[in-house]
Amino acid sequence: MNTSLQPLQSEETIVEKGSSLWADAFVRLKKNKLAILGGIIVIVILVACFIVAPILALCGFSGNEQDLSNRFAGFGEKGLLGTDQLGRDLLMRVLEGGQISLLVAIMATCMTVTIGVIYGGIAGYVGGRTGNVMMRIVDGLLAMPFLIIVILFREIISGHVDDLARFLIDVWRWSDNTVLRFANLIPLTFAIAGFGWLSMGRIVRSSAESLTKQEFVEAARSLGLSHRRILFRHILPNMLGPIIIYATLTIPSFILYEATLSYIGLGIEPPNSSWGKLIQEGANFLETNVTVLAVPAILFSLTLFAFNFLGDGLRDALDPKASKD
Amino acid sequence: MLRIILSRLIQTLVVVFLLVTFTFFAVRAIPGNPFASDKATSPEEQAALEAYYGLDKPLPIQYANYWKNILVDGNFGDSLAMKGRKVSTLISESFPISLKLGLLSLALGMGIGIPLGIIAALFHNKWQDYGAMIIAMAGICVVAFVLGPIFQLTIALPLDWLNVAGWNRPSDIILPAITLCFGVAAYLARLTRGGMLDVLSQDYIRSAKAKGVPSLQIITKHALKPALMPAVTFLGPAFAAIITGSFVVENIFLIPGMGQYFVLGITSKDYNLVLGLVLFYGILMGIANLLSDLALIFMDPKLRTS
Repeated sequence: MNTSLQPLQSEETIVEKGSSLWADAFVRLKKNKLAILGGIIVIVILVACFIVAPILALCGFSGNEQDLSNRFAGFGEKGLLGTDQLGRDLLMRVLEGGQISLLVAIMATCMTVTIGVIYGGIAGYVGGRTGNVMMRIVDGLLAMPFLIIVILFREIISGHVDDLARFLIDVWRWSDNTVLRFANLIPLTFAIAGFGWLSMGRIVRSSAESLTKQEFVEAARSLGLSHRRILFRHILPNMLGPIIIYATLTIPSFILYEATLSYIGLGIEPPNSSWGKLIQEGANFLETNVTVLAVPAILFSLTLFAFNFLGDGLRDALDPKASKD
Repeated sequence: MLRIILSRLIQTLVVVFLLVTFTFFAVRAIPGNPFASDKATSPEEQAALEAYYGLDKPLPIQYANYWKNILVDGNFGDSLAMKGRKVSTLISESFPISLKLGLLSLALGMGIGIPLGIIAALFHNKWQDYGAMIIAMAGICVVAFVLGPIFQLTIALPLDWLNVAGWNRPSDIILPAITLCFGVAAYLARLTRGGMLDVLSQDYIRSAKAKGVPSLQIITKHALKPALMPAVTFLGPAFAAIITGSFVVENIFLIPGMGQYFVLGITSKDYNLVLGLVLFYGILMGIANLLSDLALIFMDPKLRTS
C-alpha cells in the first residue's frame, strides 16, 4: 500500500510543470528582437495618439488652430515639430491624424475578424457544396479591382450615413460637429472591412476545414455534442493563433488602405485628418518645405513597419512550423 | 491539359458574369444619378439624357440590354461621364500605357525581388538574411505615395534630362516604374525566401549534398524550380492588378493610364465605365490566374497527375 503511493508523490516532483502553447509562444516571441521592437513602437505610437494627444489637447494645444504669421516654422520654433502651410502645430496634427488612421484600421479589423470568423467558420465546418459555394463568392469578389469595390461600398454607405447624420442633427439636435466627424469615418471603415474580410474568411475557412477533419472533433461529434459546443469549445480556440496573426497583419494593411483612399481624396475629409491626408497635403508643398511631408510619412511608415514586424514575430512564435527556423 | 484550360475559362466566364451582375445593381444603388452632378442641367435635360442612354427603363430591361449590346453588337456602351466617348475606346486608349508601365515594373520587381529572396534563404539567419528582409519590409511599408514624391524631389529635380512628371518622353517611364516595382519586389523576396527555405530543408536536397553535387548546381538544378512556386502563385493576380494601372502612381506622375478610370468611374457614377472595367479586369484576372496555374503544373510534376 505504501509503495503504491510513494512513486506517485516522487513523480510529481520530477515532472516539470507543463507549459501551454501560449507560454511557449511568448518565450519564442521574446527571443525575436525585431518583433519586440515592433511591439514597443506600436505601444508608444498608440499611447502617443490616444493618451498623450488628448492630454495635450486639454492643455490647450490644437492641431486645427491656424497661425498664418508662423507658416512652415522649423523644429522647436513653434511647437515641437514646427508648423504646416497654415501655421498649424505639426506635432498635434500628426498625432490627431494618427488617431483617425489607427481608429479606422482597428475598427475595420474588428469587423473583419467578426465577419471572417463567422463566414469562414461556417464554410469550413459545414464544408461540402455549401462551403464551396461560399468560398467561390469570396474568390469572385477578390477578382474585382480593389479601388472599385472599396469606393463602391463607400459611396453606397455614405449616402445612407449622410441621411442618418442629417436626422441626428435636425431631429435629435446632436452637435453637428461630432456627428459629421463620425459620419465621415463610418462609410470608410465599413468599406475597408467590406473588402478586407474576404482574405480573413479564406484563412479561417481553411483552418476550420482542417480542424473539422481531425480526430478530436470527430470524437466530440460521436459523443453527441451540439454543433455550437463543438464550434466554440473545440474549433474556435484552436483557430485563435492564425486569427491573431492575421489580425495583427491586417491592421497595417488597413492603415495603408485608409491612407490610399484619403490620399486620393475619397477617405477622410476636413475637419478630420489622417496620415494619408497629411501626406497628400505635404506632397503639394514638397519644394517649399519637406518636413510637412516627411513628418507624417515617417510616422506612417514606422507604424507599418512596427505592426508588420510584430505580426511576423507572432507568426513565427505561434506557428513554428510555418516559420522554418 | 486542354480540359483544365477549358474548365478554367468557363469558370472565369461564370465569375465575370456574376461580378458584372453584382456590380450592375451595386453601382445603381449609389444615391444620386450620373447627370445630377453636371452643372446647369435642368430636370428636362436630365430626363432627356437618361432616355438617350436608356437609363429611364426598368432595371431588368436595362440589365438585359447591357448583355444584349455586349453579346450581339460587341458594344460596351457609351461613357456617361465623358460624353460622346465609348467605354471600349477609353480602355483601349489607356490600357497600352498602363500595360507598358506595368510590364516594366513587374520585370524590375522580379529582377530585384527573386534574387533578394534567394540570397536571404541561402544565408538564413545571417546578416544578409536580415538585411534582405528589412529591405523587403521597407518595400512594403514605404508606399508609392511616399516614395513617388521623394523620387521627384531627390532624383528628377536635380537631373535636367528627367521630367518630374508627365508622359511625353521615353525617359518618363523610369521613375514611375521604379516607384511601382518596390512593392512587387518586396512581396516576391519574402515569398521566394519562404519557398527556398522550405525546399532546402527537404530530404532530396540533403541527398544531393551528400552525393557531392556542387552547391550552386543544387540550387539551380534542384531547388530553384520548386522554391519559386509561391512567387508564381502570387504573380498571377499581381500581374492582372499591376498592368491595369495604379491610380496613385499614375496620379503622382501624371500618366494618362487606366488607373484614373477606376476612381473616376464610380465617383462620377459612370455605370457603363465601371461595368466595362470590372468585365475587363475580371477576364484579365482569370487569364493571369490560369497562366500562373499552368506554370505551376509545368513546375511541379505532382500537380500534373491530379
